[in-house]
Amino acid sequence: MASSRQSEIESPEIGLRGWARWFWRQLTSMRTALILLLALAAAAVPGSVYPQRSADPNGVTQFLDNQPELGKVLDALQLFDVYTSVWFSAIYILLFVSLIGCVIPRAQLHYKNLRSAPPVAPRLFARMPAHKTVTLRKANVVSVAEKILKEQGYRVVVTGKSVAAERGYWRETGNLVFHYALIGVLIAVGIGGGLSYNGQRVLIEGDTFVNNLTGYDSISPGTFFDETRLTPFSVTLDKFTVNFDLQNKTNLGTPLDFRAEVTSKVGADGEPTKGLIRVNEPLGLPNANLFLTGNGYAPVITIRDAKGNVAFSGPTAYLPQDSNYTSLGVIKVPDALPEQFGIISFFYPTAETLTNGALTSIYPDPINPKLTMNVYVGDLGLDGGVPRNVYSLDISKMKQVAGGKSGVKGIQLDVRETADLPNGMGTVTFDALKRYVSLDVSYNPGAGWILFFALLALAGLILSLLVPRRRVWVRQTNGGFELAALARGDDPSLTTILDELAEEIKKAK
Amino acid sequence: MKSIVLNQGLANVSLIFIYAAMAIYTISFVSFALHLARRVSDNKKLREAAGPLEKFAMTMMIIAAVSHGIGVVLRGIAASRVPWANMYEFSITGSFVIVVIFLAALFFVLDIRIIAVMVSGFALLVLGAATSWFIVDVKSLMPALQSYWLVIHVVVAILATAFFNIAAAISVAYLLKTSPRLKQSKAKFAKTARRILALFTEEAKLEKLAYRFNIIGFILWTFTLIAGAIWAERAWHRYWGWDTKEVWTFIIWTIYAGYLHANATRGWSGRRSAWLALIGFAAVLFNFTIVNLFFKGLHVYSGLK
Repeated sequence: MASSRQSEIESPEIGLRGWARWFWRQLTSMRTALILLLALAAAAVPGSVYPQRSADPNGVTQFLDNQPELGKVLDALQLFDVYTSVWFSAIYILLFVSLIGCVIPRAQLHYKNLRSAPPVAPRLFARMPAHKTVTLRKANVVSVAEKILKEQGYRVVVTGKSVAAERGYWRETGNLVFHYALIGVLIAVGIGGGLSYNGQRVLIEGDTFVNNLTGYDSISPGTFFDETRLTPFSVTLDKFTVNFDLQNKTNLGTPLDFRAEVTSKVGADGEPTKGLIRVNEPLGLPNANLFLTGNGYAPVITIRDAKGNVAFSGPTAYLPQDSNYTSLGVIKVPDALPEQFGIISFFYPTAETLTNGALTSIYPDPINPKLTMNVYVGDLGLDGGVPRNVYSLDISKMKQVAGGKSGVKGIQLDVRETADLPNGMGTVTFDALKRYVSLDVSYNPGAGWILFFALLALAGLILSLLVPRRRVWVRQTNGGFELAALARGDDPSLTTILDELAEEIKKAK
Repeated sequence: MKSIVLNQGLANVSLIFIYAAMAIYTISFVSFALHLARRVSDNKKLREAAGPLEKFAMTMMIIAAVSHGIGVVLRGIAASRVPWANMYEFSITGSFVIVVIFLAALFFVLDIRIIAVMVSGFALLVLGAATSWFIVDVKSLMPALQSYWLVIHVVVAILATAFFNIAAAISVAYLLKTSPRLKQSKAKFAKTARRILALFTEEAKLEKLAYRFNIIGFILWTFTLIAGAIWAERAWHRYWGWDTKEVWTFIIWTIYAGYLHANATRGWSGRRSAWLALIGFAAVLFNFTIVNLFFKGLHVYSGLK
């Protein structure tokens, strides 16, 4: 009979709607979720292999410099921006669509189950994964079983001579909470990221940072960021102390503590408040947290030109080059007369002369601080209107007049020492030594929500994996009673539970 | 001013205890292996003598764990802080926790005692790698690590790793036991292997055991990830930045999430999901070794140059 009808059902018209429905069913299936999860794991791998613009922008520049050909190809494939790339986004968006498509019908079903009675006892208990028959003369098995199961937290329904019970609804509730909370995390990450900002500022001891756009050395705002939302506050770095280990031989020079003592003021006429910023202990101000991310030395230097006028005066932040704080600084003196000049300078907190005559620093605290300077004259390149990096000197249009191969010895200075610049250009004085900190100011209004949803997901996960969901049936028979149990997922204790239940029923009056 | 006292002498004593533990783990490992060999021997006398040998091996494992534990504690005292701030310390502490969790689990599920040979062997391997490649002088904590999150985040990560590790050992046994090739092969070694595998509990039970260890591991790993994000927000001013270690934590989480889904998907439970669990554990090991030593990132705590 079936064969005669075959021609009729061979190729039913599915149509666009049918295809859409088929596609949706595929997308929301567990198998698809599984494959998308594995695809997401695999897609995340290249982000740990290649430097990422978000985490390591210098690494990307270096890679592009060293391997321009390969770099171009990788860049075109968005391998330097893996986590914002089209393909990575596609996978997680599909995954979340699949997740939503899966958990919405499941939530409806669960809601229905929560309000309906446990299914009635099956006819054949022997078919259940765990079952037991007890021979016993007892009239009130049904009411006793009902009472015991209710006490154990089961939802119980009695039909005639049999009891149906179910427990562990929290398992599915937890499962759903987990998945919905993940959607919450994703939304909070998206909105929070859009409203957030993150700015950097180098602050020398005695200097004040004011929270407006010009107060930052660099700032990376989110998509919806608006500068009028910056809360007006100011932060002054009063003192920065570093504590290096000088006691333990194997640990010499290891930093033990960084402490930035600051005074902050909120609003134009706020009370000055003393505060402390340490690593792991940011300073909380309204709509911003201040983090200590780096530090270094800022020698105070005064330069007088040939006519004795002060052409430059103040502290300059030097960039540490090694763990003993050998630091590199650049000073540009555009106002010097008759000719502008620049200085590339090294600072050694505890200077020691190597056998080849060069200096090195052997300890990060200033025990024997020394400055060395190489001087260049010529065009500093500041007049072209092109923004220049303050930490580097473009010497392509300059001539070295002191240090290196210039024939004139480089300048070397101790604190409070003055030296002559070459060719009668003037003098340079190392007045004092200050420290500076790199501060990171960041604000993410989504962070609290992300944490909330993440913890909710964790709670849901624990419930969904650890709460056992099971059904138990008890039926009175002529010679005694029988029991059966069924679990959702893996439940090692089904048989034990029936044994214990049977014992309790036997014992009860 | 803050000051600390490091005690290199005590660190050397700690190392002696670690070496002693390695020697005793070796005895334990060899005894467990011999025990398996005897259990499947044709000689009835040898088979009967297997029981006491297993008891001896187990006793050795406990003694090794005690010495191992003393080594871990002394290392912490020598550094006057928690003993898991670099790769060497993480290895000795992590392997200790694995052994302790295995021994504790024996009280609840005796069926896993057959993987003792894998656990003692693994502990031995980790300690061998730690003492020959990862070892560093005792150092103070860098300021970024001076946080109570070092205790919470890392302890939970170690625990998660321990659970994943035990589950992986069970999955290896399961995969061997269900291997169609091994079942059909007529080679002599395959016959011996089959007899050894017959000592393991039945396939379905192995699968469930692995699943139970993995779900605990997964919950702990989820917590590790969240705790790490909270700490990152305090220390590095962002909760998530796709640092290499964060990437791999995420990859591992995703693989195990896939494993959980596989267990509920027809056609994917059984051998396929067991393979996923092994891939997940391989990622854990990769994260700890290759990522620590060769990848650039913020979690540069191996202390090696």
